[in-house]
Amino acid sequence: MVSGSKPLLTVEGLSKSFGDRQILKSISFTVMDGETFVLIGPSGSGKTTVLRCLNRLEVPDAGDIRLGDEPVGYRLVAESHTREALSEAALARQQRQFGFVFQRFNLFPHLTALDNVAVGPHRVLGLSKAQALERAATELERVRLGAHLAKRPSQLSGGQQQRVAIARALAMRPRLILFDEPTSALDPELVHEVLDVMRALAAEGMTMIVVTHEMSFARQVANRVMVMADGLVVEEGPPERIFGEPRDARTRQFLTHVLNR
Amino acid sequence: MGIDWESIEMAIPLLAVGAMTTLKISSLAMVIGGIGGIVLGLVSLSHWRAGRWFVRGYVDFVRGTPLLIQIFLVFFGLPVLGLRLGEFWAGTLALSFNCAGYVAEVVRGTVGSVEKGQTEAARSIGMTHGQILVYILLPQSLRPMIPALTNDLVTLVKNSSLLSVISVYELTRSGQAIIAARFVPFEIFALLAIYYYVIVSALTYASRLVERRLPSW
Ligand SMILES: Nc1ncnc2c1ncn2[C@@H]1O[C@H](COP(=O)(O)OP(=O)(O)OP(=O)(O)O)[C@@H](O)[C@H]1O
Ligand SMILES: [Mg+2]
Repeated sequence: MVSGSKPLLTVEGLSKSFGDRQILKSISFTVMDGETFVLIGPSGSGKTTVLRCLNRLEVPDAGDIRLGDEPVGYRLVAESHTREALSEAALARQQRQFGFVFQRFNLFPHLTALDNVAVGPHRVLGLSKAQALERAATELERVRLGAHLAKRPSQLSGGQQQRVAIARALAMRPRLILFDEPTSALDPELVHEVLDVMRALAAEGMTMIVVTHEMSFARQVANRVMVMADGLVVEEGPPERIFGEPRDARTRQFLTHVLNR
Repeated sequence: MGIDWESIEMAIPLLAVGAMTTLKISSLAMVIGGIGGIVLGLVSLSHWRAGRWFVRGYVDFVRGTPLLIQIFLVFFGLPVLGLRLGEFWAGTLALSFNCAGYVAEVVRGTVGSVEKGQTEAARSIGMTHGQILVYILLPQSLRPMIPALTNDLVTLVKNSSLLSVISVYELTRSGQAIIAARFVPFEIFALLAIYYYVIVSALTYASRLVERRLPSW
Protein backbone atom coordinates (compact mmCIF):
# COMPACT_ATOMS: atom_id res chain seq x y z
CA MET A 1 0.00 0.00 0.00
CA VAL A 2 1.27 3.47 -0.77
CA SER A 3 2.28 4.81 2.61
CA GLY A 4 0.35 7.69 4.08
CA SER A 5 -2.18 7.86 1.27
CA LYS A 6 -5.94 7.77 1.60
CA PRO A 7 -8.54 5.74 -0.29
CA LEU A 8 -9.41 7.12 -3.71
CA LEU A 9 -11.81 4.45 -4.89
CA THR A 10 -13.99 2.30 -2.70
CA VAL A 11 -16.02 -0.55 -4.15
CA GLU A 12 -18.45 -2.47 -1.98
CA GLY A 13 -20.65 -5.37 -2.95
CA LEU A 14 -20.41 -4.81 -6.67
CA SER A 15 -22.66 -7.28 -8.50
CA LYS A 16 -23.51 -7.69 -12.14
CA SER A 17 -25.44 -10.27 -14.14
CA PHE A 18 -25.86 -10.74 -17.85
CA GLY A 19 -29.16 -12.49 -18.39
CA ASP A 20 -29.42 -15.07 -15.64
CA ARG A 21 -25.62 -15.52 -15.31
CA GLN A 22 -24.12 -13.67 -12.40
CA ILE A 23 -20.71 -12.44 -13.56
CA LEU A 24 -19.72 -10.37 -10.52
CA LYS A 25 -20.72 -11.77 -7.14
CA SER A 26 -20.43 -8.95 -4.64
CA ILE A 27 -16.92 -7.66 -5.24
CA SER A 28 -15.31 -5.30 -2.73
CA PHE A 29 -11.96 -3.57 -2.79
CA THR A 30 -10.30 -0.24 -2.12
CA VAL A 31 -7.71 1.56 -4.21
CA MET A 32 -5.48 4.10 -2.51
CA ASP A 33 -4.53 7.43 -4.00
CA GLY A 34 -1.40 7.05 -6.12
CA GLU A 35 -1.49 3.28 -6.08
CA THR A 36 -0.99 0.81 -8.91
CA PHE A 37 -3.60 -1.86 -8.36
CA VAL A 38 -3.25 -4.93 -10.53
CA LEU A 39 -6.17 -7.25 -11.23
CA ILE A 40 -5.40 -10.80 -12.38
CA GLY A 41 -7.37 -13.98 -12.84
CA PRO A 42 -8.40 -16.57 -15.39
CA SER A 43 -10.27 -15.68 -18.54
CA GLY A 44 -13.96 -15.07 -17.90
CA SER A 45 -13.47 -14.33 -14.21
CA GLY A 46 -15.01 -10.87 -14.60
CA LYS A 47 -12.00 -8.52 -14.65
CA THR A 48 -13.15 -6.52 -17.67
CA THR A 49 -16.64 -6.31 -16.25
CA VAL A 50 -15.28 -4.78 -13.02
CA LEU A 51 -13.50 -2.04 -14.97
CA ARG A 52 -16.54 -1.41 -17.17
CA CYS A 53 -18.80 -1.08 -14.12
CA LEU A 54 -16.42 1.47 -12.60
CA ASN A 55 -16.83 3.97 -15.41
CA ARG A 56 -20.39 3.00 -16.22
CA LEU A 57 -19.88 1.35 -19.56
CA GLU A 58 -21.93 -1.28 -17.75
CA VAL A 59 -24.53 -0.40 -15.15
CA PRO A 60 -23.97 -2.47 -12.00
CA ASP A 61 -26.96 -4.33 -10.57
CA ALA A 62 -25.92 -3.62 -6.99
CA GLY A 63 -23.09 -2.23 -4.95
CA ASP A 64 -21.55 1.03 -3.95
CA ILE A 65 -18.77 2.76 -5.81
CA ARG A 66 -17.26 5.90 -4.34
CA LEU A 67 -14.64 8.07 -5.92
CA GLY A 68 -13.16 10.16 -3.13
CA ASP A 69 -16.26 11.30 -1.25
CA GLU A 70 -18.51 11.17 -4.25
CA PRO A 71 -20.87 8.26 -4.97
CA VAL A 72 -20.63 7.09 -8.57
CA GLY A 73 -23.81 6.79 -10.65
CA TYR A 74 -26.22 8.40 -8.23
CA ARG A 75 -26.64 11.35 -5.91
CA LEU A 76 -27.62 11.20 -2.28
CA VAL A 77 -30.54 13.49 -1.49
CA ALA A 78 -29.56 15.00 1.85
CA GLU A 79 -33.04 15.53 3.34
CA SER A 80 -34.55 12.14 2.59
CA HIS A 81 -31.37 10.03 2.45
CA THR A 82 -32.61 8.53 -0.81
CA ARG A 83 -30.68 7.96 -4.00
CA GLU A 84 -31.41 9.86 -7.13
CA ALA A 85 -30.16 8.79 -10.53
CA LEU A 86 -27.78 11.21 -12.23
CA SER A 87 -28.58 13.05 -15.42
CA GLU A 88 -26.76 12.02 -18.57
CA ALA A 89 -24.53 15.09 -18.31
CA ALA A 90 -23.66 14.41 -14.67
CA LEU A 91 -22.87 10.80 -15.51
CA ALA A 92 -20.62 11.95 -18.34
CA ARG A 93 -18.84 14.26 -15.88
CA GLN A 94 -18.18 11.30 -13.59
CA GLN A 95 -17.17 9.04 -16.43
CA ARG A 96 -14.32 11.29 -17.39
CA GLN A 97 -12.81 11.05 -13.90
CA PHE A 98 -11.92 7.51 -14.94
CA GLY A 99 -9.54 7.25 -17.85
CA PHE A 100 -10.01 4.02 -19.76
CA VAL A 101 -7.41 2.28 -21.90
CA PHE A 102 -8.92 -0.48 -24.01
CA GLN A 103 -7.37 -3.73 -25.09
CA ARG A 104 -7.92 -2.82 -28.74
CA PHE A 105 -6.99 0.89 -28.37
CA ASN A 106 -10.30 2.18 -29.83
CA LEU A 107 -8.69 5.28 -31.27
CA PHE A 108 -10.83 7.47 -33.51
CA PRO A 109 -9.66 6.46 -37.00
CA HIS A 110 -10.73 9.69 -38.70
CA LEU A 111 -8.61 11.89 -36.43
CA THR A 112 -4.85 12.39 -36.25
CA ALA A 113 -2.98 11.34 -33.12
CA LEU A 114 -3.02 14.98 -32.02
CA ASP A 115 -6.76 15.37 -32.58
CA ASN A 116 -7.51 12.04 -30.91
CA VAL A 117 -6.00 13.48 -27.76
CA ALA A 118 -7.29 17.05 -28.21
CA VAL A 119 -10.92 16.26 -28.97
CA GLY A 120 -11.81 15.54 -25.34
CA PRO A 121 -10.21 18.64 -23.78
CA HIS A 122 -11.75 20.79 -26.52
CA ARG A 123 -15.27 19.37 -26.77
CA VAL A 124 -15.73 18.09 -23.22
CA LEU A 125 -13.58 20.28 -20.99
CA GLY A 126 -14.24 23.37 -23.08
CA LEU A 127 -10.62 24.34 -23.68
CA SER A 128 -10.05 26.54 -26.70
CA LYS A 129 -8.86 24.73 -29.80
CA ALA A 130 -5.35 26.14 -29.35
CA GLN A 131 -5.14 25.18 -25.67
CA ALA A 132 -6.47 21.71 -26.38
CA LEU A 133 -3.92 21.13 -29.13
CA GLU A 134 -1.15 22.35 -26.86
CA ARG A 135 -2.22 20.03 -24.09
CA ALA A 136 -2.48 17.15 -26.57
CA ALA A 137 1.00 17.79 -27.88
CA THR A 138 2.37 17.81 -24.33
CA GLU A 139 0.67 14.51 -23.47
CA LEU A 140 1.89 12.91 -26.68
CA GLU A 141 5.44 14.04 -25.87
CA ARG A 142 5.00 12.44 -22.48
CA VAL A 143 4.29 9.06 -24.10
CA ARG A 144 7.20 9.74 -26.48
CA LEU A 145 5.14 10.25 -29.62
CA GLY A 146 6.16 13.85 -30.26
CA ALA A 147 7.28 12.88 -33.75
CA HIS A 148 3.95 11.38 -34.81
CA LEU A 149 1.40 14.07 -33.99
CA ALA A 150 -0.03 14.35 -37.51
CA LYS A 151 -0.38 10.63 -38.18
CA ARG A 152 -3.66 8.79 -38.24
CA PRO A 153 -4.09 5.63 -36.18
CA SER A 154 -3.82 3.45 -39.31
CA GLN A 155 -0.33 4.84 -39.87
CA LEU A 156 0.87 3.90 -36.38
CA SER A 157 2.05 0.60 -34.92
CA GLY A 158 -0.02 -1.10 -32.24
CA GLY A 159 2.35 0.05 -29.52
CA GLN A 160 2.17 3.64 -30.77
CA GLN A 161 -1.61 3.48 -30.99
CA GLN A 162 -1.88 2.26 -27.43
CA ARG A 163 0.37 5.10 -26.28
CA VAL A 164 -1.88 7.59 -28.08
CA ALA A 165 -4.78 6.01 -26.21
CA ILE A 166 -2.95 6.55 -22.93
CA ALA A 167 -2.25 10.18 -23.86
CA ARG A 168 -5.94 10.59 -24.75
CA ALA A 169 -6.87 9.40 -21.27
CA LEU A 170 -4.23 11.56 -19.57
CA ALA A 171 -5.33 14.71 -21.38
CA MET A 172 -8.66 14.56 -19.55
CA ARG A 173 -6.78 14.81 -16.21
CA PRO A 174 -8.58 11.78 -14.78
CA ARG A 175 -8.32 10.90 -11.12
CA LEU A 176 -7.40 7.34 -12.03
CA ILE A 177 -6.87 5.30 -15.16
CA LEU A 178 -8.32 1.85 -15.84
CA PHE A 179 -6.26 -0.38 -18.13
CA ASP A 180 -7.91 -3.47 -19.62
CA GLU A 181 -5.13 -5.77 -20.84
CA PRO A 182 -3.39 -2.86 -22.57
CA THR A 183 -0.68 -5.03 -24.12
CA SER A 184 -2.48 -8.23 -25.00
CA ALA A 185 -3.34 -7.12 -28.55
CA LEU A 186 0.28 -6.15 -29.27
CA ASP A 187 3.07 -7.97 -31.02
CA PRO A 188 5.49 -9.20 -28.33
CA GLU A 189 8.26 -6.80 -29.36
CA LEU A 190 5.94 -3.79 -28.85
CA VAL A 191 4.79 -4.71 -25.35
CA HIS A 192 7.69 -3.09 -23.52
CA GLU A 193 7.16 0.41 -24.95
CA VAL A 194 3.63 0.51 -23.51
CA LEU A 195 4.69 -1.00 -20.20
CA ASP A 196 7.51 1.55 -19.94
CA VAL A 197 4.99 4.39 -20.25
CA MET A 198 2.82 2.79 -17.58
CA ARG A 199 5.84 2.35 -15.31
CA ALA A 200 6.63 6.03 -15.68
CA LEU A 201 3.03 6.95 -14.83
CA ALA A 202 3.14 4.76 -11.74
CA ALA A 203 6.36 6.45 -10.67
CA GLU A 204 4.72 9.85 -11.10
CA GLY A 205 1.99 8.78 -8.71
CA MET A 206 -0.89 8.26 -11.14
CA THR A 207 -3.53 5.98 -9.64
CA MET A 208 -4.04 3.00 -11.92
CA ILE A 209 -6.09 -0.18 -11.98
CA VAL A 210 -4.47 -2.57 -14.40
CA VAL A 211 -5.87 -5.83 -15.70
CA THR A 212 -2.94 -7.72 -17.19
CA HIS A 213 -1.38 -11.06 -17.89
CA GLU A 214 2.11 -9.49 -17.73
CA MET A 215 3.19 -11.06 -14.47
CA SER A 216 6.64 -9.50 -14.39
CA PHE A 217 5.03 -6.06 -14.72
CA ALA A 218 2.64 -6.90 -11.89
CA ARG A 219 5.48 -8.11 -9.72
CA GLN A 220 7.63 -5.03 -10.29
CA VAL A 221 5.10 -2.20 -10.48
CA ALA A 222 2.01 -3.21 -8.51
CA ASN A 223 1.51 -1.90 -5.01
CA ARG A 224 -1.21 -4.50 -4.56
CA VAL A 225 -2.53 -7.41 -6.58
CA MET A 226 -6.09 -8.70 -6.48
CA VAL A 227 -6.88 -12.16 -7.80
CA MET A 228 -10.34 -12.89 -9.18
CA ALA A 229 -11.93 -16.17 -10.16
CA ASP A 230 -15.47 -16.88 -11.21
CA GLY A 231 -16.81 -13.45 -10.27
CA LEU A 232 -15.29 -13.47 -6.79
CA VAL A 233 -12.24 -11.94 -5.14
CA VAL A 234 -9.99 -14.87 -4.28
CA GLU A 235 -7.28 -12.98 -2.48
CA GLU A 236 -5.54 -9.65 -2.38
CA GLY A 237 -2.21 -8.42 -1.16
CA PRO A 238 1.23 -7.05 -2.01
CA PRO A 239 2.78 -8.70 -5.10
CA GLU A 240 5.57 -10.36 -3.11
CA ARG A 241 3.02 -12.26 -1.10
CA ILE A 242 0.59 -13.07 -3.93
CA PHE A 243 3.37 -14.38 -6.14
CA GLY A 244 5.64 -15.68 -3.37
CA GLU A 245 3.17 -17.45 -1.11
CA PRO A 246 -0.30 -17.56 -2.66
CA ARG A 247 -2.82 -18.78 -0.10
CA ASP A 248 -5.67 -19.84 -2.29
CA ALA A 249 -5.58 -22.95 -4.45
CA ARG A 250 -7.16 -21.05 -7.36
CA THR A 251 -4.40 -18.44 -7.23
CA ARG A 252 -1.73 -21.14 -7.29
CA GLN A 253 -3.45 -22.87 -10.19
CA PHE A 254 -3.77 -19.63 -12.15
CA LEU A 255 -0.17 -18.60 -11.52
CA THR A 256 1.16 -22.01 -12.54
CA HIS A 257 -0.88 -21.71 -15.68
CA VAL A 258 0.28 -18.22 -16.76
CA LEU A 259 3.89 -18.57 -15.65
CA ASN A 260 4.36 -21.79 -17.62
CA ARG A 261 2.92 -20.42 -20.84
CA MET B 1 -43.35 7.66 -91.68
CA GLY B 2 -39.93 7.05 -90.09
CA ILE B 3 -38.11 9.22 -87.60
CA ASP B 4 -38.82 12.94 -87.63
CA TRP B 5 -35.24 14.21 -87.53
CA GLU B 6 -36.26 17.80 -87.96
CA SER B 7 -38.34 17.75 -84.78
CA ILE B 8 -35.47 16.11 -82.97
CA GLU B 9 -33.09 18.83 -84.03
CA MET B 10 -35.54 21.46 -82.90
CA ALA B 11 -36.25 19.68 -79.58
CA ILE B 12 -32.66 19.24 -78.41
CA PRO B 13 -32.07 22.88 -77.32
CA LEU B 14 -35.62 23.23 -75.99
CA LEU B 15 -35.20 20.14 -73.84
CA ALA B 16 -31.85 21.47 -72.66
CA VAL B 17 -33.70 24.36 -71.05
CA GLY B 18 -35.98 21.90 -69.24
CA ALA B 19 -32.96 19.84 -68.28
CA MET B 20 -31.46 22.90 -66.58
CA THR B 21 -34.57 23.21 -64.44
CA THR B 22 -34.39 19.52 -63.61
CA LEU B 23 -30.77 19.94 -62.56
CA LYS B 24 -31.55 23.02 -60.51
CA ILE B 25 -34.46 21.42 -58.68
CA SER B 26 -32.60 18.16 -58.13
CA SER B 27 -29.52 19.89 -56.74
CA LEU B 28 -31.57 22.05 -54.42
CA ALA B 29 -33.55 19.05 -53.24
CA MET B 30 -30.33 17.08 -52.73
CA VAL B 31 -28.90 19.81 -50.51
CA ILE B 32 -32.08 20.49 -48.54
CA GLY B 33 -33.13 16.85 -48.37
CA GLY B 34 -29.57 15.72 -47.67
CA ILE B 35 -29.05 18.08 -44.75
CA GLY B 36 -32.57 17.45 -43.50
CA GLY B 37 -32.02 13.71 -43.79
CA ILE B 38 -28.75 13.82 -41.86
CA VAL B 39 -30.41 15.80 -39.08
CA LEU B 40 -33.41 13.45 -39.01
CA GLY B 41 -31.11 10.42 -39.06
CA LEU B 42 -29.10 11.73 -36.11
CA VAL B 43 -32.29 12.57 -34.21
CA SER B 44 -33.47 8.99 -34.77
CA LEU B 45 -30.28 7.78 -33.05
CA SER B 46 -30.45 10.34 -30.25
CA HIS B 47 -31.74 9.91 -26.72
CA TRP B 48 -34.53 12.39 -27.44
CA ARG B 49 -37.59 10.20 -27.36
CA ALA B 50 -40.13 12.61 -28.88
CA GLY B 51 -37.68 13.33 -31.68
CA ARG B 52 -37.20 9.65 -32.41
CA TRP B 53 -40.96 9.14 -32.59
CA PHE B 54 -41.30 12.06 -34.95
CA VAL B 55 -38.65 10.71 -37.31
CA ARG B 56 -40.19 7.24 -37.22
CA GLY B 57 -43.55 8.72 -38.27
CA TYR B 58 -41.95 10.92 -40.89
CA VAL B 59 -40.05 8.06 -42.51
CA ASP B 60 -43.08 5.77 -42.37
CA PHE B 61 -45.16 8.41 -44.11
CA VAL B 62 -42.57 9.08 -46.83
CA ARG B 63 -42.11 5.41 -47.54
CA GLY B 64 -45.76 4.46 -47.16
CA THR B 65 -47.35 6.94 -49.56
CA PRO B 66 -46.83 7.56 -53.30
CA LEU B 67 -44.53 10.42 -54.19
CA LEU B 68 -47.19 11.75 -56.55
CA ILE B 69 -49.57 12.19 -53.60
CA GLN B 70 -46.80 13.83 -51.55
CA ILE B 71 -46.21 16.30 -54.37
CA PHE B 72 -49.88 17.22 -54.51
CA LEU B 73 -50.05 17.48 -50.73
CA VAL B 74 -47.18 19.96 -50.67
CA PHE B 75 -48.42 21.86 -53.73
CA PHE B 76 -51.95 22.28 -52.41
CA GLY B 77 -50.97 22.26 -48.74
CA LEU B 78 -48.56 25.19 -48.77
CA PRO B 79 -51.27 27.70 -49.81
CA VAL B 80 -53.49 26.33 -47.03
CA LEU B 81 -50.68 27.24 -44.64
CA GLY B 82 -50.58 30.69 -46.21
CA LEU B 83 -47.39 30.08 -48.23
CA ARG B 84 -47.52 30.99 -51.90
CA LEU B 85 -44.26 29.77 -53.29
CA GLY B 86 -45.05 28.92 -56.90
CA GLU B 87 -44.63 25.52 -58.50
CA PHE B 88 -40.83 25.59 -58.69
CA TRP B 89 -40.34 25.90 -54.94
CA ALA B 90 -43.34 23.74 -54.12
CA GLY B 91 -41.82 21.02 -56.29
CA THR B 92 -38.36 21.48 -54.78
CA LEU B 93 -39.76 21.23 -51.26
CA ALA B 94 -41.83 18.15 -52.10
CA LEU B 95 -38.75 16.35 -53.44
CA SER B 96 -36.63 17.51 -50.49
CA PHE B 97 -39.27 16.28 -48.07
CA ASN B 98 -39.31 12.89 -49.76
CA CYS B 99 -35.53 12.64 -50.12
CA ALA B 100 -34.94 13.52 -46.45
CA GLY B 101 -36.90 10.47 -45.36
CA TYR B 102 -34.75 8.10 -47.37
CA VAL B 103 -31.49 9.83 -46.42
CA ALA B 104 -32.52 9.62 -42.75
CA GLU B 105 -32.78 5.85 -43.08
CA VAL B 106 -29.34 5.62 -44.70
CA VAL B 107 -27.80 7.80 -41.97
CA ARG B 108 -29.45 5.80 -39.22
CA GLY B 109 -28.21 2.54 -40.69
CA THR B 110 -24.62 3.63 -41.30
CA VAL B 111 -24.00 5.80 -38.25
CA GLY B 112 -25.72 3.22 -36.06
CA SER B 113 -23.43 0.45 -37.24
CA VAL B 114 -20.07 2.05 -36.43
CA GLU B 115 -18.18 -0.36 -34.20
CA LYS B 116 -19.24 -0.17 -30.56
CA GLY B 117 -15.70 0.48 -29.27
CA GLN B 118 -15.84 3.97 -30.80
CA THR B 119 -18.82 4.95 -28.68
CA GLU B 120 -17.25 3.43 -25.58
CA ALA B 121 -13.98 5.28 -26.10
CA ALA B 122 -15.84 8.55 -26.58
CA ARG B 123 -17.95 7.93 -23.49
CA SER B 124 -14.85 7.22 -21.46
CA ILE B 125 -13.58 10.73 -22.17
CA GLY B 126 -16.92 12.09 -21.03
CA MET B 127 -18.57 12.91 -24.34
CA THR B 128 -22.34 13.09 -24.32
CA HIS B 129 -24.37 10.99 -26.72
CA GLY B 130 -25.02 13.96 -28.97
CA GLN B 131 -21.33 14.84 -29.18
CA ILE B 132 -20.48 11.24 -29.97
CA LEU B 133 -22.96 11.18 -32.86
CA VAL B 134 -21.71 14.42 -34.38
CA TYR B 135 -17.96 14.32 -33.76
CA ILE B 136 -17.15 10.62 -33.70
CA LEU B 137 -19.71 8.48 -35.51
CA LEU B 138 -20.99 10.72 -38.32
CA PRO B 139 -17.57 11.61 -39.79
CA GLN B 140 -16.60 7.95 -39.91
CA SER B 141 -19.84 7.08 -41.69
CA LEU B 142 -19.62 9.52 -44.57
CA ARG B 143 -17.72 7.28 -46.92
CA PRO B 144 -19.63 4.07 -46.24
CA MET B 145 -22.83 6.07 -46.75
CA ILE B 146 -22.04 7.14 -50.28
CA PRO B 147 -23.24 4.14 -52.32
CA ALA B 148 -26.64 4.07 -50.63
CA LEU B 149 -26.92 7.86 -50.80
CA THR B 150 -26.13 7.78 -54.50
CA ASN B 151 -29.02 5.39 -55.05
CA ASP B 152 -31.36 7.78 -53.30
CA LEU B 153 -30.10 10.77 -55.28
CA VAL B 154 -30.46 8.92 -58.59
CA THR B 155 -34.02 8.09 -57.61
CA LEU B 156 -34.54 11.73 -56.74
CA VAL B 157 -33.46 12.87 -60.21
CA LYS B 158 -35.73 10.37 -61.90
CA ASN B 159 -38.61 11.20 -59.58
CA SER B 160 -38.31 14.88 -60.43
CA SER B 161 -40.13 14.03 -63.68
CA LEU B 162 -43.29 13.66 -61.59
CA LEU B 163 -43.19 17.40 -60.96
CA SER B 164 -44.57 17.80 -64.47
CA VAL B 165 -48.00 17.15 -62.90
CA ILE B 166 -47.85 20.46 -61.05
CA SER B 167 -46.64 22.25 -64.19
CA VAL B 168 -43.03 22.68 -63.20
CA TYR B 169 -41.35 23.28 -66.54
CA GLU B 170 -38.67 20.64 -66.01
CA LEU B 171 -37.35 18.12 -68.50
CA THR B 172 -40.39 15.85 -68.81
CA ARG B 173 -42.83 18.75 -68.88
CA SER B 174 -40.88 20.55 -71.60
CA GLY B 175 -40.94 17.33 -73.63
CA GLN B 176 -44.69 17.01 -73.20
CA ALA B 177 -45.11 20.55 -74.49
CA ILE B 178 -43.22 19.70 -77.68
CA ILE B 179 -45.25 16.52 -78.13
CA ALA B 180 -48.47 18.49 -77.80
CA ALA B 181 -47.35 20.97 -80.45
CA ARG B 182 -45.84 18.59 -83.04
CA PHE B 183 -47.09 15.13 -82.09
CA VAL B 184 -43.76 13.30 -82.18
CA PRO B 185 -44.10 11.27 -78.95
CA PHE B 186 -41.61 8.52 -79.75
CA GLU B 187 -38.80 10.87 -80.75
CA ILE B 188 -39.31 13.12 -77.73
CA PHE B 189 -39.60 10.33 -75.16
CA ALA B 190 -36.48 8.76 -76.61
CA LEU B 191 -34.68 12.08 -76.23
CA LEU B 192 -35.98 12.43 -72.67
CA ALA B 193 -34.63 8.99 -71.84
CA ILE B 194 -31.22 10.00 -73.19
CA TYR B 195 -31.23 13.27 -71.23
CA TYR B 196 -32.13 11.52 -67.94
CA TYR B 197 -29.62 8.80 -68.61
CA VAL B 198 -26.82 11.32 -69.11
CA ILE B 199 -27.72 13.24 -65.96
CA VAL B 200 -27.92 10.08 -63.87
CA SER B 201 -24.65 8.75 -65.29
CA ALA B 202 -22.89 12.01 -64.52
CA LEU B 203 -24.23 11.88 -60.96
CA THR B 204 -23.09 8.28 -60.49
CA TYR B 205 -19.66 9.12 -61.86
CA ALA B 206 -19.33 12.15 -59.60
CA SER B 207 -20.29 10.13 -56.56
CA ARG B 208 -17.59 7.56 -57.35
CA LEU B 209 -15.05 10.36 -57.54
CA VAL B 210 -16.19 11.72 -54.19
CA GLU B 211 -16.13 8.27 -52.64
CA ARG B 212 -12.60 7.67 -53.87
CA ARG B 213 -11.44 11.02 -52.55
CA LEU B 214 -12.86 10.50 -49.10
CA PRO B 215 -10.38 8.69 -46.85
CA SER B 216 -11.29 5.15 -45.91
CA TRP B 217 -9.10 4.95 -42.78
N1 LIG C 1 -22.20 -7.83 -22.54
C1 LIG C 1 -22.17 -9.12 -22.12
N2 LIG C 1 -23.22 -9.92 -22.31
C2 LIG C 1 -23.21 -11.21 -21.89
N3 LIG C 1 -22.17 -11.78 -21.28
C3 LIG C 1 -21.08 -11.03 -21.06
C4 LIG C 1 -21.02 -9.66 -21.47
N4 LIG C 1 -19.81 -9.17 -21.14
C5 LIG C 1 -19.16 -10.17 -20.53
N5 LIG C 1 -19.91 -11.30 -20.47
C6 LIG C 1 -19.51 -12.57 -19.87
O1 LIG C 1 -19.07 -12.32 -18.55
C7 LIG C 1 -17.99 -13.18 -18.22
C8 LIG C 1 -16.85 -12.35 -17.66
O2 LIG C 1 -16.36 -11.54 -18.70
P1 LIG C 1 -15.15 -10.56 -18.53
O3 LIG C 1 -14.90 -10.01 -19.89
O4 LIG C 1 -15.41 -9.60 -17.44
O5 LIG C 1 -13.99 -11.55 -18.10
P2 LIG C 1 -12.42 -11.27 -18.06
O6 LIG C 1 -11.99 -11.68 -16.71
O7 LIG C 1 -12.13 -9.89 -18.48
O8 LIG C 1 -11.88 -12.31 -19.13
P3 LIG C 1 -10.67 -12.19 -20.17
O9 LIG C 1 -9.40 -12.48 -19.41
O10 LIG C 1 -10.97 -13.26 -21.16
O11 LIG C 1 -10.71 -10.83 -20.75
C9 LIG C 1 -17.63 -13.94 -19.47
O12 LIG C 1 -18.15 -15.24 -19.34
C10 LIG C 1 -18.34 -13.21 -20.55
O13 LIG C 1 -18.75 -14.10 -21.55
MG1 LIG D 1 -11.18 -9.06 -20.17
